[in-house]
Amino acid sequence: MQTVVTITGRGLPLPGNDIDTDRIIPARFLRCVTFDGLGEQVFVDDRAQASGQHPFDNPAYQGASILVVNGNFGCGSSREHAPQALYRWGIRALVGESFGEIFAGNCTAIGVPCVTTSPLVIRQVQQLLQSDPQTLLVINLEPLQLGCDSHTWPVELGPGTRRMLMEGTWDACGQLVGQAELIRARAAQLPYLHWGQ
Amino acid sequence: MSQGTLFDKVWDLHTVATLPSGQTQLFIGLHLIHEVTSPQAFAMLRERGLSVPFPSRTVATVDHIIPTDNQARPFADQLAEEMIQALERNCQDFGIQFYQVGSGRQGIVHVIAPELGLTQPGMTIACGDSHTSTHGAFGAIAFGIGTSQVRDVLASQTLALPKLKVRRVEVNGSLPPGVYAKDVILHVIRHLGVQGGVGYAYEFGGSTLAAMGMEERMTICNMAIEGGARCGYVNPDATTFTYLQGREFAPRGKAWDEALAWWSSIASDEDAVYDDRVVFAAENIPPTITWGITPGQGIGVDEVVPVLENLPPADQPIAQEAYRYMQLSPGQPIQGTRVDVCFVGSCTNGRLSDLREAARVAQGRRVATGVKAFIVPGSEQVKHQAEAEGLDQVFLAAGFEWRQAGCSLCLAMNPDQLQGDQISASSSNRNFKGRQGSSTGRTLLMSPAMVVAAAVTGQVTDVRKLLGMTN
Repeated sequence: MQTVVTITGRGLPLPGNDIDTDRIIPARFLRCVTFDGLGEQVFVDDRAQASGQHPFDNPAYQGASILVVNGNFGCGSSREHAPQALYRWGIRALVGESFGEIFAGNCTAIGVPCVTTSPLVIRQVQQLLQSDPQTLLVINLEPLQLGCDSHTWPVELGPGTRRMLMEGTWDACGQLVGQAELIRARAAQLPYLHWGQ
Repeated sequence: MSQGTLFDKVWDLHTVATLPSGQTQLFIGLHLIHEVTSPQAFAMLRERGLSVPFPSRTVATVDHIIPTDNQARPFADQLAEEMIQALERNCQDFGIQFYQVGSGRQGIVHVIAPELGLTQPGMTIACGDSHTSTHGAFGAIAFGIGTSQVRDVLASQTLALPKLKVRRVEVNGSLPPGVYAKDVILHVIRHLGVQGGVGYAYEFGGSTLAAMGMEERMTICNMAIEGGARCGYVNPDATTFTYLQGREFAPRGKAWDEALAWWSSIASDEDAVYDDRVVFAAENIPPTITWGITPGQGIGVDEVVPVLENLPPADQPIAQEAYRYMQLSPGQPIQGTRVDVCFVGSCTNGRLSDLREAARVAQGRRVATGVKAFIVPGSEQVKHQAEAEGLDQVFLAAGFEWRQAGCSLCLAMNPDQLQGDQISASSSNRNFKGRQGSSTGRTLLMSPAMVVAAAVTGQVTDVRKLLGMTN
């Protein structure tokens, strides 16, 4: 599987706390049996209300791959449709103050890191991207840094998640299935699977 | 680091291995699936040629997309019909029990698993739905997962997860009349914030929780995720055991005695160590209602919409966004706010005890002119029991619609949706922008009794006044 160590690309600033997964992809677009096509619907209602002024519609940010957000991004519903929609739009990594926990786990499961840093750094990076959308950002999970031409900033990521991404084991399925013996042994010891036997 | 808590014990008992990443491979005792977050997971299994090694540990139902007025097949919405057909086919192909509409066991996944006795203390429970935290009310470790993780559970009955910290959230004392479990959890989230629980499991306890029935505890654990905590739980006790005894999938006979002993042993120890602890006094909790666009933007029904200057700086931008979206002004009393739609239902408040409280307020009153009001039982069993008690007749006589089981207006993936900028009084769990099916629709979260009070007066009303409980 593909290792995720550095992500390089232009950034897209999306200010605001508590942006929930219903906003990233409204529930009506979950009426589907595949994730295909979700990229076009990302933030669809927010974008309609912003009448073309939403960062995802700004021509300057087309082709960006690093989303820079504030606190508690991706809170709410567990729908993986949210990271899938962002991924299909072109997002390959997120930098934020904090993330909804289920959302961050869903991102990891598709190889998209959600790294965190301080509100101050987020503000600096968002301002930088607003003044110069062409700025190239680099996230490097090895030293855990976010950088551009002129600056580097420290970022954080849980040690387990970091290793899974760097070693290319972020899709845990194969690893989990490979432990069939241990799984059966654990099941044999759980009393509620064997009541009265 | 926590020690000796139910969370630690259940986590350790279900640990299969420590993965090279350092994460835990955790066995999942009960896996619940529904039509929205499972089809892609089954597609991934087929792509990879994987089987389901523990099919009897997964149970399916249909809830999110189902219409609550006319459930005849095929559904009018072709996309919804495709989704239910995919679930039918997937369950058949992989040997998974599916509780279909009309089976007597269908309903919102977080309502049916407890009422069938599938949800039990000491289990790990996962479902592709964030409100899986509900099942923690039984002393289970239960959490929402994404679709790739649904695939992982189907293929291995395990998940790769980092361990959470444990915060003890204690509520002590007697709740004042007219104050419900919903008010307790809205109050907790108001004070701990919508991201205060990120990285934590919430252990809810204290004398207020001890005095609550299982359905009230479910309401509280259901909304742990709205406070950022992926799972919330209550230690199992006599109330838990009494609820479970005799239910379809609860152990019986000799097994029941074994179960009781084990369930008691997995509760948190007296001297358990927590990563954090917060305490609330029940007497200080008012009927609580959200005014904004996050579940943390709650106020007492007697309070006014907060003034910007009185909020911490970090909360001010979202408050400004909320004033605009909700069309409410800072300093405006929330009481008296006109409502268009009133909804009692959802995995938070769609159980029999919720409907009984709602009916108590509706009895002898009429839905106000111009208000659309409807009651959606959380499951076919709840509907049946409510009808046996005559609750449906109380609602119908008061001018409410009496619907069939489903998620309904909570997330509006079905025909129940707000129109334009309608404002709803809702017993559900999320007041996010656009949550209830219209991109400008507005939601006020409150207890079922308060929803009915709003329905019969046409505006946000303190239910205690209607019930003569003024203090």
